[in-house]
Amino acid sequence: MTQIWQFAYILAALLIVGSIKWLNSPVTARRGVLAGEAGMLLAVIGTLLRHEVVNYEWIAISVVIGAAIGAPLAYLMPMTAVPQLTALSHAFGALAAALVGTAEYYRHVLSGEAVTGFTMGALVIETVLGYLTFTASIMAFGKLQEIVPTRPLTYKGQNIVNLALFAFAVGLGLWMIFESTPAWVFPTFTGLSLLFGVLLIMPIGGGDMPTVIALLNSYAGAACAAMGFALSNRLLIVAGALNASSGFILSVIMCNAMNRSFTNVLFGAFGQVQASSSAKASTRPVHSATAEDAAEIMSNARRIIVVPGYGMAVAQAQHQLRELTDALTKRGVDVRFAIHPVAGRMPGHMNVLLAEADIPYDRLFEMEDINADFPDTDVALVIGANDVVNPAARHDTSSPIYGMPILDVDKAQTVMVIKRSMNPGFAGIDNELYYMDRTLMLFGDAKAFVSAIVKELPAHKN
Amino acid sequence: MQSYEFGLYVFMLAAFLGFELVKRVSPLLHTPLMSLSNAISAIAVVGAILVSGDKDATELGRWLGFVAVICATLNVVAGYLITDRMLKMFRKKDRGKESRGS
Repeated sequence: MTQIWQFAYILAALLIVGSIKWLNSPVTARRGVLAGEAGMLLAVIGTLLRHEVVNYEWIAISVVIGAAIGAPLAYLMPMTAVPQLTALSHAFGALAAALVGTAEYYRHVLSGEAVTGFTMGALVIETVLGYLTFTASIMAFGKLQEIVPTRPLTYKGQNIVNLALFAFAVGLGLWMIFESTPAWVFPTFTGLSLLFGVLLIMPIGGGDMPTVIALLNSYAGAACAAMGFALSNRLLIVAGALNASSGFILSVIMCNAMNRSFTNVLFGAFGQVQASSSAKASTRPVHSATAEDAAEIMSNARRIIVVPGYGMAVAQAQHQLRELTDALTKRGVDVRFAIHPVAGRMPGHMNVLLAEADIPYDRLFEMEDINADFPDTDVALVIGANDVVNPAARHDTSSPIYGMPILDVDKAQTVMVIKRSMNPGFAGIDNELYYMDRTLMLFGDAKAFVSAIVKELPAHKN
Repeated sequence: MQSYEFGLYVFMLAAFLGFELVKRVSPLLHTPLMSLSNAISAIAVVGAILVSGDKDATELGRWLGFVAVICATLNVVAGYLITDRMLKMFRKKDRGKESRGS
């Protein structure tokens, strides 16, 4: 009974496991992608070889259409837009899973054959997760692309409305599992899943996107695994389970990095609390400096640590930052980069941007590896980061970010902060770092300011 | 052999393996990891092909399958290409202007 496609599936599963394993080091990572591609190809070929698959023309046409949209998307998007692209790509994968679930549901219903509760349960989970992830990912894309307001959108009783809708959907799901249902039930269930995806993302702010994207990744994987149960296809179960656990563990890492719980990220409505705390302090005096001052201090420094944040991505300042790094390194200054786990809009976002600018990755350090070095550092240059360097997280129990592990830039000899204006960051939390005596505020566009510093540097050759 | 019990074992072990593997991925590569696993979730293409190419497919099933294959292929292609594009950029050595990655 064993057939070629079954071997293809086993090999595909092995390659997919290998692809994640090889991703653990930058040296083998590209081999990992290759393995993943080969695994996917084998899975597709194996599926096409199955004798129940006959309709090749339709499949060929749809593969061509999908590839024709996907390829330009991957090549034309700028690197700063990787979070958006991933969200969009998720949306389509999840939609595919949901549509398969829908098709299977109607096939079972129309054929009138008896369906076990287990299969129906798998279909219900596949469909709800698929549709929910589809709309949620589209919403996340909208927020990242700033088509939808990035601030958390909240209203009174939001959680109650969401929970009621969710309970209603669960009820319909259970009904479908245990009995054959009237025709309106499945479409209503679909509609509720789609709606729930939108409602889930509305109250979540831009800064929580790293967690949310990882979580959506996990949901898409879980939908695939459920599809595997519904179709009794073990390859789908393996790939789906790997994906679900990888997304889940990443979102846990992100939550830990912010010292917040899952429920807090998803239902916390982070945006409401700090409206009061931001208003009070913004009139305090700050020290500002010009590019010339900054260049002077930097060229006399021995050790500099750069702390990039989402603002660097927005300003696309990573290439100018590399010029500055090169110029300073030539002068014998030791320049390193400190990466906070939730800097940016996606796990590891900053690493990708700095790699794009050709900054070698052995210059990038994780928070726990570099935090102890700040007291020995002459200049900490904060560029587009805010909450991840806010000392209030250490001592101000009333602050919404209290307890979040931060980069201790305030312990450096001099702190420089490149910032557009004194407006607080996404969370609307004021940052006492800006008012310290050792802090110099460099007001301006990050890209323009960094290249201004580079220009000022040669004048101080000593 | 078709028991769902077996499927649950597979799921459990694969999920556990996933946890162990992902824990070892350096935070440096978390974004490529996300986009790679995003591409892997496009394994839904298998189900989509089964639905779309089924010899007994109904009109509705065929259309749903058709759209599903488009979506899943888009996910596969975009996911792998962007992952590879990102990984090309990670270099260890300083200097050396060769191959800056597109």
